[in-house]
Amino acid sequence: MLDATTQRPALPHTPGVGYKAQHYSALISDPGCVGWLEVHAENYMGQGGRPLAQLRHLSERFPISVHGVGLSIGGEGRLDPEHLARLAHLVDWLNPASFSEHLAWSTHDSHFLNDLLPLPYNAATLARVCDHIDELQETIGRKMLLENPSSYLAFEASDMTETEFLRAVSDRTGCGLLLDVNNVFVSATNLGYSPQGYIEAYPLDRVGEIHLGGHDEDQDEHGAPLLIDSHGREVVDPVWALLDHTLALTGPRPLLIEWDTDVPDWPVLEAEAGRAHAALGAAVS
Amino acid sequence: MMPGQTEFTAALMDASRPAPQGLRDGRGRQAGKRFDVYRNNVAVSLTEALEAGFPVIRKLVGDEFFRAMAGVFLRAHPPASPLMMHYGAEMPAFLEDFGPAGGLPYLPDVARLELALRRSYHAADAAPIDPASLAAVPPVAMAGLRLHFAPAVILVTSSFPILDIWRVNSGAGGGAPRPKEQTALVLRPEFDPRPVDPGPGAAPVLAALIEGATLAASLDRAGPEFDLPALLGLLLSNGVITGFDLED
Repeated sequence: MLDATTQRPALPHTPGVGYKAQHYSALISDPGCVGWLEVHAENYMGQGGRPLAQLRHLSERFPISVHGVGLSIGGEGRLDPEHLARLAHLVDWLNPASFSEHLAWSTHDSHFLNDLLPLPYNAATLARVCDHIDELQETIGRKMLLENPSSYLAFEASDMTETEFLRAVSDRTGCGLLLDVNNVFVSATNLGYSPQGYIEAYPLDRVGEIHLGGHDEDQDEHGAPLLIDSHGREVVDPVWALLDHTLALTGPRPLLIEWDTDVPDWPVLEAEAGRAHAALGAAVS
Repeated sequence: MMPGQTEFTAALMDASRPAPQGLRDGRGRQAGKRFDVYRNNVAVSLTEALEAGFPVIRKLVGDEFFRAMAGVFLRAHPPASPLMMHYGAEMPAFLEDFGPAGGLPYLPDVARLELALRRSYHAADAAPIDPASLAAVPPVAMAGLRLHFAPAVILVTSSFPILDIWRVNSGAGGGAPRPKEQTALVLRPEFDPRPVDPGPGAAPVLAALIEGATLAASLDRAGPEFDLPALLGLLLSNGVITGFDLED
């Protein structure tokens, strides 16, 4: 299916999964209800070999969403021009259905920290994030989707809510949004606000993709719940319920299951995709 | 006051520093343990990347030693780019100077071999020549032959038996390492790199050929047992040669 305005393959309103090489054969032989795949951009920035050959083959079968995890859009420094060029090269080569990145930073002083780190929400950080997104969108020649983070703490220096911040970024840059429902649940639990209230305040009309994943449970030193976004297990029931609440407001959207650590055998991931498929079906009726 | 990313990064990488000021939980209390989530994410994710990148080093030193060593390494050498496929390039030099591993002097060379396998895995694809085209070169012209090697081909020399050590500790089989120096030629016939022994006396010849020397100049470096047809057979049957030219 081609998007009418961009003439690119669009992500279907079906379940997708984060692609792992061990699931290659299963996906090629019988993907079941899985209608699209997400890949992490940085894993496909080598010069050749199996990763690129597999991705080329998969892209003939599935619409692909390229998800960057290393651009550091929220970083204080300027974006790494070499990394921007690598992203542009990958997007040109693959022509994916979608490109997305995170509201977070991960690089400082040319050191990459391999985690999605938090930033305060205020006028200064808003200007910085918008400049970086403008530069990225200009470099890759298309609009991106920006994902809401998982938060474990808040900044005294914030004077906007996260949903106000994301709405302002989208207004100024024209970027779409990626709504990670598990991240909403994790952040709302950790910081003590209503996840339903967050969803209702989110600019849902800009949501091009929804993510779901598993999290771990811990406590802070005061005995308060501390949820950690791990992508290492099944999506929990309260997050499925929050998804239903979300889909009732948005209607069906491309819906991704992320499972990045302790990756299970295909039938386990396929069962999660099946549950996502049922949730999408319920949202239509 | 807003903690800058310089302060945030310094506290991330050094657990003896307090968490930055200005971070709160949802009730306005100092963030405390919540900052440790980020510290832990950074250290664990980089340690896991090193474990995935150096499985034989990990086997040789044991899980506990490797994790402790990775903790020192990742603070001295955080990744220089978001391409984690390249992370750990400083490991051989780090191991040369890492006192607690001083009893295992072959570790740096084993790390070089593991890095070479990873580089080979991600190297550019290249179509090999038809062996018949090389066979058609007149014998008189062979002295001026220069071979072009596929980007996935990497030579790792060592004064230790790195091939035997790698095989025994990577599940590739083989008996106990023999006490002799070995050179590993990393090949990637299609997508899976593997290290092979290029044969007796072949290492200096291969090194010269890969550097672009002519066959005649390379053969000047051959050891007494060197077998040229055997080496060419190994290279041609594994898709190593992507082209050649002939010097007059």
